Amino acid sequence: MSVTVPVGTEPGVPDRTRRVPAHDAPPEDPRQRRRNLLGRLDVKVSPYLYISPFFLVFAVVGLFPLIYTAYVSVHDWHLIGGQGEFVGVQNYLDVVQQPRFMTALRNTFSIFLLSSVPQVIAAIVIAAVLDANLRAKTFWRMGVLLPYVVAPVAVALIFSRLFADQAGMINSLLGTVGIGPIRWHADPLSSHVAIATMVNFRWTGYNALIFLAAMQAIPRDLYEASVIDGASRVRQFFSVTVPLLRPTVIFVVITSTIGGLQIFDEPRMFDQLGQGGADRQWMTVTMFLYELGWGAQKSFGRAAAVAWILFLIIVVIGLINFAITRRIASTAQPGSESRRRSRAAARSAARNIEKGGLR
Amino acid sequence: MRTTRKRTLALTAGVAGMALVASACGGGDGTETGEGGESEGGESTEEITLTVATFNEFGYEELVEEYMELHPNITVEHKKAATANEARDNLNTRLAAGSGLADIEAIEVDWLTELMQFSDKFVDLSDPEVEGRWLDWKVDAATTADGMLMGYGTDIGPEAICYRSDLFAAAGLPTDRAEVATLLEGDWENYFTVGEQFVASSDSAWFDSAGATYQAMVNQLENAYEEDDGTVIGLEGSEVEDLYYTVLEASVDRELSAHLAQWSDDWFAAFQSGNFATMACPGWMLGIIEGNAAGVTGWDIADVFPGGGGNWGGSYLTVPTQSEHPEEAKALAAWLTAPEQQIKAFNSKGTFPSQVAALESEDLLSATNEFFNNAPTGEILANRAEAVTATPFKGANYFAIHTTVADGLTRVDVDQTDDPASSWEKTLQAFQELGLQ
Repeated sequence: MSVTVPVGTEPGVPDRTRRVPAHDAPPEDPRQRRRNLLGRLDVKVSPYLYISPFFLVFAVVGLFPLIYTAYVSVHDWHLIGGQGEFVGVQNYLDVVQQPRFMTALRNTFSIFLLSSVPQVIAAIVIAAVLDANLRAKTFWRMGVLLPYVVAPVAVALIFSRLFADQAGMINSLLGTVGIGPIRWHADPLSSHVAIATMVNFRWTGYNALIFLAAMQAIPRDLYEASVIDGASRVRQFFSVTVPLLRPTVIFVVITSTIGGLQIFDEPRMFDQLGQGGADRQWMTVTMFLYELGWGAQKSFGRAAAVAWILFLIIVVIGLINFAITRRIASTAQPGSESRRRSRAAARSAARNIEKGGLR
Repeated sequence: MRTTRKRTLALTAGVAGMALVASACGGGDGTETGEGGESEGGESTEEITLTVATFNEFGYEELVEEYMELHPNITVEHKKAATANEARDNLNTRLAAGSGLADIEAIEVDWLTELMQFSDKFVDLSDPEVEGRWLDWKVDAATTADGMLMGYGTDIGPEAICYRSDLFAAAGLPTDRAEVATLLEGDWENYFTVGEQFVASSDSAWFDSAGATYQAMVNQLENAYEEDDGTVIGLEGSEVEDLYYTVLEASVDRELSAHLAQWSDDWFAAFQSGNFATMACPGWMLGIIEGNAAGVTGWDIADVFPGGGGNWGGSYLTVPTQSEHPEEAKALAAWLTAPEQQIKAFNSKGTFPSQVAALESEDLLSATNEFFNNAPTGEILANRAEAVTATPFKGANYFAIHTTVADGLTRVDVDQTDDPASSWEKTLQAFQELGLQ
């Protein structure tokens, strides 16, 4: 999984409150006019200059590879041999017709759902616990972040040993309570659960900290008001905390979707061969890409085609996410920007409750 | 890691390095102790770092130290990959990227040929001084059509049978290595039949893995997957299909396999738990068994191999053109693969030398291995090397095709998600996707 910097609206939006009073100025001498022009340029151009480093870097490490990959995907392209003939969409057709492509899609979505859903739920709960008045707060907060510091490959090495079919610790523990040995490396769903466990181990704490930060931004008077109204802790959690976390939940869901669909390290390190099992039980789309490009076929063209297909899938899912977000936003309250609005709503709600409480 | 210095200096060092190789190799018959002073006089003192990338156990740890003592200006970094597959992936990736390879890359014979298509990415190592150093077939395999030598041979893998004498005793089989050799003398069917006797009176399995057993059998075929000119034979109705069904019948129906995938965590752990009694055992496997079965007593090695002799694996040292110090790297590769050094590696990890002089050496023939009940491993493996009759042809697609069959075996033997027939269908499908026919 990877964290992408949200290309949010806030930093990029030019500040509309500061307008240049161009028409108010009387006609002046050339020097004055030049200064005026510079001033206008300053206002109009400099915001773009300030944000340009991000876009320049993005163009080099994001956009260029994206376009170049598209170029590679329509050619016969050997890993070591290099560029061959132009073949059009042949690579895409070849890839989609391989049954392993569907297997890879199935595995990716299965691992993604098994990791993201429990992860978000667990992260919210952990954040709520950390948000309570605990002793040694920083210790606990650092504690949940600790798994994130461990390199994914190290996590995968340790977990694949724990999940070994015959000699693994998890199976011997399950054996003591009478559950037969689970075939972690043979059965597709079991292998997905094992891999999702690695992902969750690494990312739950990280997401919990994001939720914690959002929770601490929730005005405390809301909680006070709900206490006065007689709400229990559980009721508070569901009626105050969760609704106000909605924008953060959406952010976390989007980032974990992007990361989850690109999952590679954990499944690759899950066995000694790194090809996703003899029947490709846990081969994800990125591993399929790797196998095409670096495995027996050594076809960069096909690998690039898979990369583009994966990109399009992520875009589609991103759009679905966006649509759902807008739906949620519009059913909640008409307006433009969900986060600011829900804050405002919270504040006014708080005021109302306060008033109600005082009355 | 590496430091770039002036070209001229590197060149001088290179020439000096070559002189050193020449003198070192001239002393192949045992006079190598004399040239120490001479080489130090002629060689550059530029500080350089050479990296050597190997996999599994090459037995180079002490040799690397020794080389650094002989050459105080050279620092040698030894990187070991856990498996040959890992090393192959790494090599392919970095070869494609054009940077990041070690100065000396070890490659396995199974994927040597697929790299020979890209011989321009490697330094030509042919040198009059190393001519006649190796067994002919070892050199031929690494020589391209236009006479370039891709790599210096390190070891070969003549196969014997390693067995657990304690488990044999418990099951009422003979334990003495000569008697075991007589017992297992014959074809694979005989090996499997003895296995059935063993399994009937033991909790352990007969062999570790269907994949490993198949590997041993396929290495006795002259043309398993490809004709001598490189044409792909195809899997349907081939000798390979027969072997596939034979191995799976022995593994599953006759219950001889411990159902382990070689190199998996379970496989490594099984050396401690004694899940299986025998395994096909090329020279380089001795070090792996010893390392993973530490504390287990009873391992022994018998001078026999079903179906005649067999060779499994064996490696080469290559110098990629990416190397910044190709001459020094070549010198180091030549030194490491000289008979004297290879015998030391054999004594350390059991990697059996491919050098003619080493095979006749008294040091090798008198070598015993304490872990394997003081077995005369040198003599046994030399006998096994003589018994090798087939020189399997491994073309550019060998590795790719072999993987599809190995996956098929794993699905039935280890995962048990398929029966032999349905798994074979999937293997054929994967083979077709390779687009070789």
